[in-house]
Amino acid sequence: MDPIFLVEAAINGILLGGVLAVLALGLNLIFGVLDIVWIAYVDLVMLAMYAFYFMVQGHGWSVWVAGPATLVVGALLGIAVHLLIISPILTSAPINQLLATGGLLFFLQSFATFLWTTDHRSVRLSLPSVEIGGIFLPFTRVIPFAISILAMLALYLFLRHTYIGTAIRAVSQDRDAMALMGANPQRVYVVTSAVGGAMAGLAATLLSFQYSVHPFFGGQFGPLTFMICVLGGLGNMVGAFVASFVMSEIIAIGGVMFSTEMGYVIAFVVFIVVMFARPGGILARRE
Amino acid sequence: MSGPRLAAALAIAALVGAPFVPMGGMRQYVLHVAIQIFIWAFIGSAWSLMGRFGLVSLGHGAFLGVGAYTTVLLWNHFRLTPWLGGPAGVGLAVLVALVLGYPCFRFRVVGHYFGLVTLAVGEVVRLLIIAERDWTEGSLGLTLKTAGGDSLLAVQFADKRVFYYAALLVWLAGLWIWHRVDRSMARAALEAIGEDETAAASVGIHVTRFKLGITVASAALTAFGGALYAQYITYVNPDTLSGIGVSLKIVFAVVLGGMYSLLGPLIGTALTTALSEGLRIAFGLKFLGMAETIYGVLLIVFIIFLPAGIAGGARRLVGRRVAPVTASPA
Repeated sequence: MDPIFLVEAAINGILLGGVLAVLALGLNLIFGVLDIVWIAYVDLVMLAMYAFYFMVQGHGWSVWVAGPATLVVGALLGIAVHLLIISPILTSAPINQLLATGGLLFFLQSFATFLWTTDHRSVRLSLPSVEIGGIFLPFTRVIPFAISILAMLALYLFLRHTYIGTAIRAVSQDRDAMALMGANPQRVYVVTSAVGGAMAGLAATLLSFQYSVHPFFGGQFGPLTFMICVLGGLGNMVGAFVASFVMSEIIAIGGVMFSTEMGYVIAFVVFIVVMFARPGGILARRE
Repeated sequence: MSGPRLAAALAIAALVGAPFVPMGGMRQYVLHVAIQIFIWAFIGSAWSLMGRFGLVSLGHGAFLGVGAYTTVLLWNHFRLTPWLGGPAGVGLAVLVALVLGYPCFRFRVVGHYFGLVTLAVGEVVRLLIIAERDWTEGSLGLTLKTAGGDSLLAVQFADKRVFYYAALLVWLAGLWIWHRVDRSMARAALEAIGEDETAAASVGIHVTRFKLGITVASAALTAFGGALYAQYITYVNPDTLSGIGVSLKIVFAVVLGGMYSLLGPLIGTALTTALSEGLRIAFGLKFLGMAETIYGVLLIVFIIFLPAGIAGGARRLVGRRVAPVTASPA
């Protein structure tokens, strides 16, 4: 096989990894603070993709207006999910929490089917490609990658240098101690869910550059996103960032060498094996 | 005979006699719905064998797919009778369960992590079936080759009543196994493990062995259910028989019905089937997705307000009414 294909696959892997990292960080932020895995997280992304699609195609909004608007939609969805579903079951058994968001997954998928049928809808942005040394880099991948890196930087600064960001990190370190210090965890939860939702909205915008949306879009990226979070260590932001690129490289290169499905199979098997060897994630310290 | 036993005997007699009740043109349809309910309730019981002890698998589609595909592929390509193909599928599923379960339990992959690892296994099976499209037909699905008419050897029958009795028998066998586990020492051991693994190990419970045992039993029954379903529907598809979708559907039907109760899986499956069939009849294909939408809302509401499921909730309600009587020895 021509090595240029492998190089191209590796670069595409990095470009996809950026967007996956946004997804994984959003989910992981929520997990770190609330200790709940939102199984339906990528289905919220699907909903936000529909919002983006209707803003751009239905109302003719510019991408530059629709993008930030989608972010707001995502944040509102995050708050709604928290208030309606998560906060009544905050103290339930973990399995019930997992299943409640799983119920949400079913609801979102089928309600989207009901409202918009199973048609694939695409925003169809036509952007040029650049050629560097015989390798084509489509702008539909380069721009989302650049934006996702900037967004993660923004998230980092938000968590490091704002008061509420510090509070979020404090809660994810020790929930009970935070309440003892007189802080109100409920407010932190809502803000976290909003930020996580906004990340979903951002991911939706970026994914719309390359993928068409349909009600079962969540199935395409959902399992992968959970696995990235777990691989990086649930709640560990740096780990999730690294794991996104590891997984996207495996999928991209495996996809070129064997087939798309085999790329995913290899990635999932790597995930399972790593779980046995390092259950705390790739960056966890050994006990 | 005591009350509950009599009720059970009457219910079974009613189910055995049901196919002979005159139903006019509805007979085939009613039987079809009943067969599906029995098979999926059996699979749900198999799942709840381990689910009730905190071993929440989100990847039972893996076992279902392995059981169904092994049986169908062996018949289609080698004309091997399902009487041997089915056990082969069950054996393969047991192997998968061992390869997955042993390291999981040895290295203490529990809770969320166990759920997500099993979810990955379910996806791996689905993707492998799609990737091996040369002989599995990939995501198009595979139709069981016909034996040309009724054949006991091929387990193919035009008369739905045969499958009705087979499914009923299998479902009852599933209940019996569930009941046996419920009454065994293994239950006490597994409950202790579910509560606190370290404490259980410290009183001499062999944690890995018990967990592996129940996982293997659950996987074997699930694979058997998958093989039976494939024989009845005569068509297998990677998306409906493996992967995250069907894995979650199994879990949800059981949670809806009540995973700690004998009849929970049946109630959950019957309810969800009735809901989707009812809405399909009422609205046709106009409201595509409406049944699942309501189903999703019900799930969320149930998990928030009735976490023990319908059967568990009903039992608690009855228990509350009975409790004062037994508590006051007048």
